[in-house]
Amino acid sequence: MSIVAENINLTVDGEAYLRNVSFELPNEDFFIIVGRTKAGKTTLLRLLAGLEEIDSGRLTLDGNDLTKMPPWERKVGMVYQQFINYPHLNNFENIAFPLRRAGLPEDKIAEAVNKVASVLGVEEFLEKLPSELSGGQQQRIALARALVKDSKLLILDEPLVNLDYKLREQLREEFKNIFNDQRERLVIYSTTEPAEAMELNGTVIVMHEGEIIQIGAAEEVYNRPANTRVAEVFNDPPMNLVRGVVEGNRIHFNQDVIMALPDHLQTLAAGRYTFGIRAADINLQPNAYASEVQLGEINGSETILHIKLGDISLVTEQEGVHQYDLGASASVDFDLDQLYIFDNNGDLLFSPAANSSVEKAMQDQEKDN
Amino acid sequence: MASIDLKNIAHSYDPTAEDPVFALQPFNLHWEDGGTYALLGPSGCGKSTMLNIMSGLLTPSHGQLLVDNKDVTHLPTTQRNIAQVFQFPVIYQSKTIYENLAFPLRCIKMNKHDIDRRVKEVADLLNLTNILSKSANSVSADTKQLISVGRGLVRENVSAILMDEPLTVIDPQLKFELRRKLKEISARYGHTLIYVTHDQNEAMTLADQVVVMDKGQIMQMGSPEELFENPSHMHVGYFIGSPAMNFMNCRLNEQGIHIDDHFVPMELDGIADSAALNMGVRPEYVSFSDTPVANSVPAEIVEVQNLGKYAIATAKFGNQKVKARLSGKSKLPSGKTNLVLHKEHMRLYVDGHLYSAS
Repeated sequence: MSIVAENINLTVDGEAYLRNVSFELPNEDFFIIVGRTKAGKTTLLRLLAGLEEIDSGRLTLDGNDLTKMPPWERKVGMVYQQFINYPHLNNFENIAFPLRRAGLPEDKIAEAVNKVASVLGVEEFLEKLPSELSGGQQQRIALARALVKDSKLLILDEPLVNLDYKLREQLREEFKNIFNDQRERLVIYSTTEPAEAMELNGTVIVMHEGEIIQIGAAEEVYNRPANTRVAEVFNDPPMNLVRGVVEGNRIHFNQDVIMALPDHLQTLAAGRYTFGIRAADINLQPNAYASEVQLGEINGSETILHIKLGDISLVTEQEGVHQYDLGASASVDFDLDQLYIFDNNGDLLFSPAANSSVEKAMQDQEKDN
Repeated sequence: MASIDLKNIAHSYDPTAEDPVFALQPFNLHWEDGGTYALLGPSGCGKSTMLNIMSGLLTPSHGQLLVDNKDVTHLPTTQRNIAQVFQFPVIYQSKTIYENLAFPLRCIKMNKHDIDRRVKEVADLLNLTNILSKSANSVSADTKQLISVGRGLVRENVSAILMDEPLTVIDPQLKFELRRKLKEISARYGHTLIYVTHDQNEAMTLADQVVVMDKGQIMQMGSPEELFENPSHMHVGYFIGSPAMNFMNCRLNEQGIHIDDHFVPMELDGIADSAALNMGVRPEYVSFSDTPVANSVPAEIVEVQNLGKYAIATAKFGNQKVKARLSGKSKLPSGKTNLVLHKEHMRLYVDGHLYSAS
């Protein structure tokens, strides 16, 4: 089975929800759609489930028009942001529901329900009602129902977004194993968090304002974001993007922030570029460039500093928990070995992952075009 | 603004029952005038019960609430002089933004001149000056919440401002501005601010002191750094930080602690033989070495996950599994290696509580 989309457009009340969306989803793969809110993730998932109609373009399943196929014939399992279960049925019956509808014998149902319940660690709750469980447990029941169903397509629309961060952490780890095992069906998962996509380790589809802006293995997208928008969406905090001018072996970020071109970038032609640097690659170090702290945020085990380097706004990230006062000064430096370079259209020119000179990267780029 | 003391407070919704169930276990807390505090915990931890006790919606079954040393436990909400900002914007949609900000002042019969001065001050602080004459229903959700915050701030003489998950409705991309504003307000005006939230990021970012709650109990109050470096309870080590602190069950002998076959010399006293012992160390303070070094233990890597900006390696020795957080740029370990536990960052837990020499 493979699903192919060609130039799909979908507009709601004059607003473009999907724009020229094309992709090919082969069976037996695990796809993760990454994008901010309103990127078109849910619309795309609903389209695959048969809950949306397209304005133009083609959507086919093994060469046959999928848009003509009603949702109930598509064999779709779906897990939503909200924990959706049948409130009047106990958890066993909630999981068993699709199997009963399919008319399976009692012993097969019990066997299948118990098996999936043990994978998701909910065996002890089977006799209880969903309302007696915590949010994380309720979402496990909803997932168990979707997994037990004989579906060809399993869709998960930000399933962890309404859980607290500790539960997210735990379920993410379990999901990674579960979904990478689902080789008999196509699994499509959506999230706003790049870290979730990296951990789940599937093929990533990056979306932005209704468009697909990159498709590739998670690590590849991380190492080689196709353009500045991917660099922003697929990094948390978003990659810092700073305009600069290369002139006489130096990069001029502004009047005061001027850095020598590192060896591997010596062949970079003079001119204007957009430089990308991850928050974690801006280091706090004495006697470097003086910046002012706008806000210090603490997230999990990281401290994220929003700083101003003259007129340049940047975000840095440090390991551990540290407190900074508003307006405190911080001396920072860029790790230029980790510098990304984008052209003036925002397309990637050079990635530090290339492990080669900028000249070679530019030649490769030309070959690709 | 005022200091707040919660003295021997406990709450049971059915205190006369034979064996009452406590939504809040007995505790004492002292909050300084002008401090910024956060109550942090998952739903059901007791933080809303505590919020309701402070705002006056609930009278605690035990204990006293003191505001500037004055007992207000039985005073109604209206006489407590505590402002509150809710999870969702609470504003008058039909009124202008100016009138929304002025309303709490009109209620206390402030004169027109002072109202005008105060509304303009708060509007200036929140960047609302240019839109004061606009109708409150014509602006975006985050601006509406900003107006709610303004209504909480506008009375100058309030004892404290309670903020109940104030950033819930704000788009993730807009949170930065509002967080910054809230930090700026507490730094500049010295309000006593109390945030109630389930979001560790919000609590740790906005508050000087975070109160970690779980199942009706106060587990620890401390600065974000203290909670990270010295969790006073295993729950805090688990709840603060991601991934959580590693815990390894261990045994006591005269000279120190055995974690499986790994020996850590430590001077300990007053630990009962029956106590459950766990050694805690954060993944940030675990590293690997190709060759044995001081404090290292032979171990095997069972999983490495490269998350881009950092990697999580899981190592096994004996019956212990330990996670280490490594820079994404460093060489990642594999196979047989030596696990280095940084001794100065190891914390011993006795029956769940941080050990400290008596």
